[in-house]
Amino acid sequence: MTAKGTVHKYGDNVDTDVILPARHLTTTDPNELAKHCMEDIDTAFITRVQAGDIMVAGKNFGCGSSREHAPIAIKASGISCVIAESFARIFYRNAINIGLPIVESAAATKAIANGETVEVDFTRGIVFAGGCEYEIAPFPPFLQNIIQAGGLLPAIQNS
Amino acid sequence: MGMTITQKILAAHAGLDSVVAGQLIEANLDLVLGNDITAPVAIDEMTKHDLDRVFSQEKIALVMDHFTPCRDIKAAQACQKVRNFAHRHGIKHFFDVGDMGIEHCLLPEKGIVKAGDCIIGADSHTCTYGALGAFSTGVGSTDMAAGMVTGKAWFKVPGAIKFTLTGEFAPHVSGKDLILHIIGMIGVDGALYQSMEFCGPGVANINMENRLTITNMAIEAGAKNGIFPVDEQTIAYMNKAGVTDYTVYEADSDAIYDREIEIDLSQVKPTVAFPHLPENTHTVDSITENIVIDQVVIGSCTNGWYSDLEAAANVLRGQKVAANVRCIIFPGTQQIYLDAMRDGLLEVFIKAGCAVSTPTCGPCLGGHSGCLAQGERAVATTNRNFVGRMGHTESEIYLASPYVAAKAAIAGYLGGDIL
Repeated sequence: MTAKGTVHKYGDNVDTDVILPARHLTTTDPNELAKHCMEDIDTAFITRVQAGDIMVAGKNFGCGSSREHAPIAIKASGISCVIAESFARIFYRNAINIGLPIVESAAATKAIANGETVEVDFTRGIVFAGGCEYEIAPFPPFLQNIIQAGGLLPAIQNS
Repeated sequence: MGMTITQKILAAHAGLDSVVAGQLIEANLDLVLGNDITAPVAIDEMTKHDLDRVFSQEKIALVMDHFTPCRDIKAAQACQKVRNFAHRHGIKHFFDVGDMGIEHCLLPEKGIVKAGDCIIGADSHTCTYGALGAFSTGVGSTDMAAGMVTGKAWFKVPGAIKFTLTGEFAPHVSGKDLILHIIGMIGVDGALYQSMEFCGPGVANINMENRLTITNMAIEAGAKNGIFPVDEQTIAYMNKAGVTDYTVYEADSDAIYDREIEIDLSQVKPTVAFPHLPENTHTVDSITENIVIDQVVIGSCTNGWYSDLEAAANVLRGQKVAANVRCIIFPGTQQIYLDAMRDGLLEVFIKAGCAVSTPTCGPCLGGHSGCLAQGERAVATTNRNFVGRMGHTESEIYLASPYVAAKAAIAGYLGGDIL
């Protein structure tokens, strides 16, 4: 499994309030949520993003509110993978549980520039960016099962 | 190898003799919580995956508190979805307008959470219940859905930061000042993937409501949970809530901590977090330029407790809110509202020129009943001051204790001389 696309890069401590502002939390429709993705940090994001693009951010990405609407909106906007220096723990769980691929890599995050094209090979555990390769630690088998099932509830359905 | 309080609770709920930090476990849950924002997503997922069933009617709590009393049609439909689900499955702890409160004030008051429990909630401030000696953490809607179906959740066992507290607070210094002080010290990701375990002789000098304020904001340091040891005050609090079947876990003397921090409570000063992160802390006495404000919000799951309203009322009694300030009070629960009414606190607020609301999360997340316009500033006793959190992206939030917030409401600004 691979992801390849143009990078939308952000800084540290991007919180779920700016990813998906609370005023839009009365809907659960992914396509409706996607229209407001990143609205309070980057109003033009939704006009620039193309299917398959990659989001890159600094440390503590997705901090704050537990709203799953945030990763749902990112996934539905077409983002194929989020690479960050670190993730806030609820966002990390939510991304795995809904099948949004995420990668933790401080080295890749620091090297990658906004607008460049980046490729992630999840099977081999490598990020390709700017002619360099960055190794990423594989998920533990327990989480790989959830990811392979397509999320936590499909995994429960299968078991 | 010794375990922390959190590790002991997790081991017991996973059916294991011991666990170590980093270990992945599956734990049995004593309670699964959701609200009018997060439960609808969970219910949709359960339906979509043909899992419309619950593991227990007693161990699920659904609280309609965020956009209620419903601010618009979409909010009403979200509540309707949860209400129908609760009725269909016979959920015992379903709280709707009239008996609901802000979830994290309501569940301790009702005795639905208790020492030794393992709790998940689809709300990041679920970490509040650690004040009672429970393991309690925020999750998303899918974890909530899985928890409601199976009664279980997966966890990576956290390491811990040990906060040894000594001494006692100076007058008018509270749990809010302590937790802001700590977040300022360690940062908004200072406890990422870790527990914050509070201990030491100073704990006995912090009342239960202040402990709940402290653990409530553990998430603002990125923590998985915050937890206090159980003492006489905890037991008295639980007994008052009708709880008798609790379990007390204590940290082993040889428990391993990632980091240890000692804090003398007497040295903590009234502290405020400037926009736009809870770690941007300043002591009030260090503020050199007056910051003119437009709104003061006193309440929320962080500071909607009775003692918080009392602290604010003691400042506002016989005073008037400054002409340039809108001051809004949000009691945490109906019982707190009623107690505040009986004791005359509401009269103090209204005579001072405050608006008093029914319990709701409301403006804390820019939901309703107190959103900010472009360029406006608020002092709030809430928990987050992110960009746009209370309204317009160009508004500002300064986080403070109820005492400081009430002082700012009278002064009309936040400044080094308001106390």
